[in-house]
Amino acid sequence: MLRYALSRLLSLSLSLVVASLVIFFVIEVIPGDPASYMLGMNARPETVAALSRELGLDQPIFTRYLAWVGGMLTGDFGTSYTYRVPVGDLIAARLGVSLPLTVYALLLTIVIAFPVGLIAAATRGSALDAGIMGGTQLGIAVPNFWFAMLLVLFFAITLQWFSAGGFPGWDRGFWINIKALTLPAVALALPQASILARVMRSAVIETLGQDYIRTARAKGLTSRQAVVGHALRNALIPVLTIIGLQFSFLLAGAIIIENVFFLPGLGRLIFQAITQRDLIVVESVVMLLVFAVIMVTFLVDLAYAAVDPRLRRRA
Amino acid sequence: MKRLPLTLWIGAALSAVFALAALVSFLWTPYAVDGMMIASRLQAPSAAHWFGTDHFGRDILSMIMVGARTSIAVAVIAVGMGMALGVPLGLLAAANRGGLVDEIIMRGNDLIFAFPALVIAILITAVFGPSAVNAIIAIGIFNTPVFARVTRGGALSLWTLDYIRAAEVAGKGPARISVEHILPNIANLLIVQGTIQFSLGILAEAALSYVGLGAQPPTPSWGRMLAEAQTMISIAPHMAIIPGLAIVLTVLGLNLMGDGLRDVLDPRVRRAR
Repeated sequence: MLRYALSRLLSLSLSLVVASLVIFFVIEVIPGDPASYMLGMNARPETVAALSRELGLDQPIFTRYLAWVGGMLTGDFGTSYTYRVPVGDLIAARLGVSLPLTVYALLLTIVIAFPVGLIAAATRGSALDAGIMGGTQLGIAVPNFWFAMLLVLFFAITLQWFSAGGFPGWDRGFWINIKALTLPAVALALPQASILARVMRSAVIETLGQDYIRTARAKGLTSRQAVVGHALRNALIPVLTIIGLQFSFLLAGAIIIENVFFLPGLGRLIFQAITQRDLIVVESVVMLLVFAVIMVTFLVDLAYAAVDPRLRRRA
Repeated sequence: MKRLPLTLWIGAALSAVFALAALVSFLWTPYAVDGMMIASRLQAPSAAHWFGTDHFGRDILSMIMVGARTSIAVAVIAVGMGMALGVPLGLLAAANRGGLVDEIIMRGNDLIFAFPALVIAILITAVFGPSAVNAIIAIGIFNTPVFARVTRGGALSLWTLDYIRAAEVAGKGPARISVEHILPNIANLLIVQGTIQFSLGILAEAALSYVGLGAQPPTPSWGRMLAEAQTMISIAPHMAIIPGLAIVLTVLGLNLMGDGLRDVLDPRVRRAR
């Protein structure tokens, strides 16, 4: 297990290095001089030169790359050029909205998809199964940000159960913020839960056809005991992969959904940074998002190996 | 002749409606989409305007028809780009199975998977500014590893078969075998995956134009119609509901068609039933 973990850790570090190179060079090399780009066309040359010096652009490109990566490793992401505060502080504050939203949506996805997928698998071929499959087919086709708008229209404007947007802040208490994140999380979770329920259903159906399930039934377990005790565990392996992938979809989705609910998360930060040409912020947030996705993939790989000993030997 | 699955018919019909709407929009739309008619703004659906009008008095049906053009064009080109890059990479990886080239291609794939389409779009937009072309490139890059993986998976199982070995004995090189024998036999897989990526592309295009990273005004696009509808949602809900329904029905149609095609074309699924 340790050897497997180490080999995965090595490929994780390699991915991170390549990803950081790609991001850095796309942002810093292609557009020419970042300082004049950030200041716009009408900037005076001495302003551009001053910003260049401040950003360290007079240094060779490789030195700047190392400074950027080294800074990130020590928690120093540089200073935002529009906000005039450390990028690390900006990101930390915004993560306090985006991350809980993503995790909330992921939990909802799992809580909805597991029972629905199991019921569909257990009753496969029935009208209930057909209904569930039709419903998930529709759920997959719904854009989450549009579903979010419908939720606002119905629950916030018509029924007035929730506010249409905004975020009170964690210092105002736990539940009031959870309530503010509920509609966005539901909107994010619905399409992903539809996908996961379908994966769950086919994974359980596949394991139900295996010999060990027949053995379990033959030794006297009821159908339900066989499903819960044996099929479910084995079906979890493909399900786990999808959940790992879904994390990155939810995180990207959270960035879009934040627009619907006016949530002060990473999405608002990055879209403002793009319009204000605050490249340092764009660079750091993108790196953070990619880091999160690579990290989750790594954790899923480890979780697999913990569940399935065969994978450990293969590495 | 085998009976085609019902889902295939429903899916094809839904997709055809939107493809037709896009085609007709080149010749005719009920109203002009670039004309502002402030007098008729924010009208609910009626006999004159089937889907109502927006905050500039533009006819929403006409906007939906022209928007279908944007959605379909972006998604089709992005699928084409993903195939053009991904399929040769997948064939190469399979021909080199177990080798260094295979390893590099697969690791490269994993790396691109770590960049969600939205993140690629953000990067491109930060550098070049927003446009529909960015959306195409972002979705196309996102599609590439998907096609590479499907191609490699399909090709790997073929490489073990006798007729491929016979072709090798006959003196054909791996490149020629890949093109002459492997590619035709995985075309089914690619068509099915292409349909799925097409529908994902429509969703991604809508999301990107909704956040302002896709098609720019005055090009009508379903995602931007939704962005504009957002501030009007309490006074003109039809502005938000109708473009969303257009997206849902198109994506649903393509997904149903993809499922139906898979049932017909993919021998593995047929056996499993």
